[in-house]
Amino acid sequence: MALILIRRLGLLLVSLLVASVLVFAALRLLPGDVAQVIAGTRASPEQVDRIAHQLGTDRPLVIQYLHWLGGVLSGDVGHSAVNGVSVSGELGQKLTVTGPLVAAATLLGALVGVSLGIVAAARHRRRSGIVLSVLSQLGLAVPSFWVGLMATTVFAVHWRWLPAGGFPAGGWNEPAAAVRSLVLPVLTLALLEGAVLLRFTRSATLEVLHADYLRTARAKGLTRGRALLRHGVRNALLPVLSVLGLEFASLLLGAVVIENVFSLPGAGQMLVTDVGNRDLVKVQGTVLLVTAVILVVGFLVDVGHHLLDPRLRDAR
Amino acid sequence: MSAGAGAGRGAGGIVRGVLRTRSGRLGAALSGLIVLAALVSLVWTPYDPTQVDPADSWAPPFGRHPLGADRLGRDLCSQLLAGARITLAVAVGTTALAAVIGLALALSAVLPPPPVARGVVHLVDVLVAFPLLLIALVLAAVFPGRTWTTVVALGLGLGVQVGRVTRGELRRVLATDYVLAARAAGAGTGRIVRRHLLPNVAPTLWVQLSLTAGVAVVAEAALSYLGLGPPPPAPSWGRSLHDLQPYLTLRPLVLLWPGLAIVLTVLGFNLLGDGLREAADPHLRPAPHTAVDGAP
Repeated sequence: MALILIRRLGLLLVSLLVASVLVFAALRLLPGDVAQVIAGTRASPEQVDRIAHQLGTDRPLVIQYLHWLGGVLSGDVGHSAVNGVSVSGELGQKLTVTGPLVAAATLLGALVGVSLGIVAAARHRRRSGIVLSVLSQLGLAVPSFWVGLMATTVFAVHWRWLPAGGFPAGGWNEPAAAVRSLVLPVLTLALLEGAVLLRFTRSATLEVLHADYLRTARAKGLTRGRALLRHGVRNALLPVLSVLGLEFASLLLGAVVIENVFSLPGAGQMLVTDVGNRDLVKVQGTVLLVTAVILVVGFLVDVGHHLLDPRLRDAR
Repeated sequence: MSAGAGAGRGAGGIVRGVLRTRSGRLGAALSGLIVLAALVSLVWTPYDPTQVDPADSWAPPFGRHPLGADRLGRDLCSQLLAGARITLAVAVGTTALAAVIGLALALSAVLPPPPVARGVVHLVDVLVAFPLLLIALVLAAVFPGRTWTTVVALGLGLGVQVGRVTRGELRRVLATDYVLAARAAGAGTGRIVRRHLLPNVAPTLWVQLSLTAGVAVVAEAALSYLGLGPPPPAPSWGRSLHDLQPYLTLRPLVLLWPGLAIVLTVLGFNLLGDGLREAADPHLRPAPHTAVDGAP
């Protein structure tokens, strides 16, 4: 177990390193001259040189990379090229919106998706099971931002139950207003995750449904439902855990789009604005952070998988 | 594409098999509809999709304009038809690129000597964790406003995922007796790849690719919605939704059409993938104890 843990940790560190190189390379090697972009097309060569010197882009790339990486490791991701604000400071503030949004959507989507998935599998031959499975197929095909737009039309514009978008100026100092403005975004985000998990849990449970140990449990006198809950679900949910980890990544990316639909001042909206402004230092920092979060969650899910599955726990 | 050549022998059989499943039939019908819309838009649309006509601002549907017009009086139906072309172009381009990258990665993860192959496996494991939409966002930041950016970004990201699944399948086929027999009979690597590996991974690959096309459609719509997809005059569905969003309170109906178009396209590709899977895997054909839609 310890050996596996160390190996996974090693893989995580290598992944983080590769990710940092990729992010750095994508943003430094491809766009030509960052200083030229900032200075604009009418700048004189001297101006461009001065900006390049300020940014440090006139130094060799390896030095630039190590400098940037050193900063990242000490918590300094750099400063915005547009307004000079510290990237880590602004990110931290934006995450007070994105964090709760993603966490709530993950929880809700997992709860609803997994439980409905088990129901859909247990009743796969009845109408309710088939309806659930068709709904999940639809949920997979619907783009989340469009669901967001439609939900706004119905719940915010037509019925006026909830705000159509935005976040209270006071942030979490106005808890009621903050929660109300997150309801529609959370529901929208959770829908997609729920659909994926429903589908996956359903097929994983269906597979378990015909396992020998389930028949044994029934032979011992357990009802069909109890046998499924006590023995079936435990086995079926192990692979679901891995999918949950993958889904977290797509949820985080979904948040980028959803925050723009509901004009929530979170990290996703910031990222898109920065991309529009070509604020490469900020994009670099945000992308690296998001990738790191996804990689760490993947690592935790993997470790959890090993802890929960006795067959893997005892494996070497 | 080499996969096409590999599956060529049984192509007729695969098509018949897919059409025998319920999801396959529905998927083929929906995908066919989108292809038809894109083809028709090449030669005819009710109006020029970019033609501005202030007199027709917010024209109601079912009148002079089949689905109505937007604020500038542009015909929504024509925009939808022309959008099908962009959507399909991105989906096909992305899927082709993903197939090439996926096959190349998968083959180089099983064929070369162990140190190289293991390196490729680890590389794929790392890249798979790298979020796809972020690659697209970064590329859009670097090369703004070009259609090929979207295709390359999505193709790269999805290609890695295709590669991972295909690698597992290749390893399974490589361990079979018939490959061992071919090797014992003196067949070279090239011959084994062409005669045994490609035809046998083709079914899995086709399923993957059809799901990839679905993901590409949603991703392109999301990027266009964020203003990072194909550039402005192109009436991409995602961009239409972005342009129409400010009028949500006044004209909620116009937002319905591009969204429905996206849903039907993705549904088509996903169902086609389900049909392919059922056709390729006899265990998944509708049997007494499996569900009618034959989930994986």
